[in-house]
Amino acid sequence: MATSEYTPQELMVAVAAREIRDGELVFVGMRLPILAYGVARSTHAPHARALYELGLMRDRPPTGFLGTMGDPPNVTGAIWATRMSNVMALLAQGKVDLGFIGGAEVDRFGNLNTSYIGDPARPATKLPGSGGGADIAIMAKRWVTLMSHERRRLVDRVGYVTSPGHGDGAGWRVRNGLTGGGPAAIVTTLAVLRFPAGGGEAYMASIHPGVAVDEVLQRTGWELKVADNLRVTPEPTAEELAHMRRLDPEGFWTRSR
Amino acid sequence: MSKLATMAEAVARYVPDGASVAIGTALEPAIPFAAGHEIIRQQRRDLTLIGPISDSLFDQLIGGGCVARVCAAWVGNVSEGLGHCYRRATEQSQPRPLQVHDYSNFSISLALWAAAWGSPYIPTRTLLGSDILRTNPDLNLRDGSVQVRPVRPDVTILHAQRADAEGRAHLWGPLGLSEEAGLAASHAIVCCEELVTPEVILSDPNRVLLPETKVVAVVHEPGGTHPAPLQGFWRRDHSHYREYAARSRTAQGFQEWLEEWVLAVSDRREYMTKVDTAGLRVRRHLHSAPVDYGDE
Repeated sequence: MATSEYTPQELMVAVAAREIRDGELVFVGMRLPILAYGVARSTHAPHARALYELGLMRDRPPTGFLGTMGDPPNVTGAIWATRMSNVMALLAQGKVDLGFIGGAEVDRFGNLNTSYIGDPARPATKLPGSGGGADIAIMAKRWVTLMSHERRRLVDRVGYVTSPGHGDGAGWRVRNGLTGGGPAAIVTTLAVLRFPAGGGEAYMASIHPGVAVDEVLQRTGWELKVADNLRVTPEPTAEELAHMRRLDPEGFWTRSR
Repeated sequence: MSKLATMAEAVARYVPDGASVAIGTALEPAIPFAAGHEIIRQQRRDLTLIGPISDSLFDQLIGGGCVARVCAAWVGNVSEGLGHCYRRATEQSQPRPLQVHDYSNFSISLALWAAAWGSPYIPTRTLLGSDILRTNPDLNLRDGSVQVRPVRPDVTILHAQRADAEGRAHLWGPLGLSEEAGLAASHAIVCCEELVTPEVILSDPNRVLLPETKVVAVVHEPGGTHPAPLQGFWRRDHSHYREYAARSRTAQGFQEWLEEWVLAVSDRREYMTKVDTAGLRVRRHLHSAPVDYGDE
């Protein structure tokens, strides 16, 4: 029941939703993952639960649009309204299965930079910072980041590691005492990148419909490895699209502005 | 003892030049924008701002020239992206240089808890492997864990749904790090949507956010969180954030915005006449069941 009428962001939401397994505790974050949680909970993951770092836990997704996780409709129907440190307690205990993190820059080992482009003492660009990103990156069992696929964003090595991925390669997280499993996927506007078990370097696991492999390689800032069994990313189903459009009727997050 | 004050009085008395100020501690909701605007109008200088994610309020205070240092997890405009005043300050020292101490949400909460508990530091595993350890001198890697040093605000400014004149406030919905920020601070200023009698507050003491002994001023300031939402009272004004993002892109555009929404406005009452209050006011009220504090 696929449909070709969808935006790249809607495909990313569908991919992100499928990363959520039924029964999991998910650190949701902002923007597209808010929609992804709603889609997952309404389709294949009816027993998932969501955490929001300002101090909320939900089971059912909210019924209306959210501009932020703190919008009043996200509190209505919450199963826990509390302080941030209580939500972080679950994360620190290793109870969070999956987290979503936004990023400005990601590198071949999945390290994220959301802090500084250039010298931190005199940056060329000051980005907003970690938010809860570093906490999720270090302590969630696994995490996923979503990003526009551009050469300036997918870089060989980030200049500043705000939220650590696999550091400098396999084994780095264990050596440095990081308790969570690290990045599982980078979902972009062109493809889905994954990591080998135990960490290491990202490779292209699936490519979005209608995208050429060469285009992905050219728009990636390192020599991207491609899976032997490269697949085409399944399109969003009509059901998935209906759920995300119900949660965001005007396409605030899924249409280009 | 009544601690009632106007916003102008509370800021004049308790937010001096050079003060460290925690504000916007519930993250996206309940942000005391009215207090921030009064700080800008009174031209406070050399402040240290402390907070997690205070939506665009930190950006406005930085653009207003009030801030020397930021201790925060995130500064920008939550639904729109980058903070343009924050960028100008860090990249070009405009309107003045800005020192940044980066935190994550968890670690700024721990820094405030350390201060609240009188602990020299709190050890944690968060931030292991992050370059935040390299650029924030108040976070140290020692014996395989991160030591978070206390961050002690001179004053924490909160906006609650209701409070009494003694400063006992009921805040509901997600609290973010409002409690640790209030406990860590030397003083707290409580702004409130509704000023109520002590009987209303004391009917539910579990919901009192802070001990009254921390509170030095109570400001009855309806609409004081706009454009941030407040559970039960105000929806988020998304278009206001979008307009701010567009207009603050240039220093001149920011100055014009500031003139229109802050400098040429005498107080929050006048500000609210410029806002679509009918469209933003929460209409669907959902009251919780009362609890029984029966004692004999």
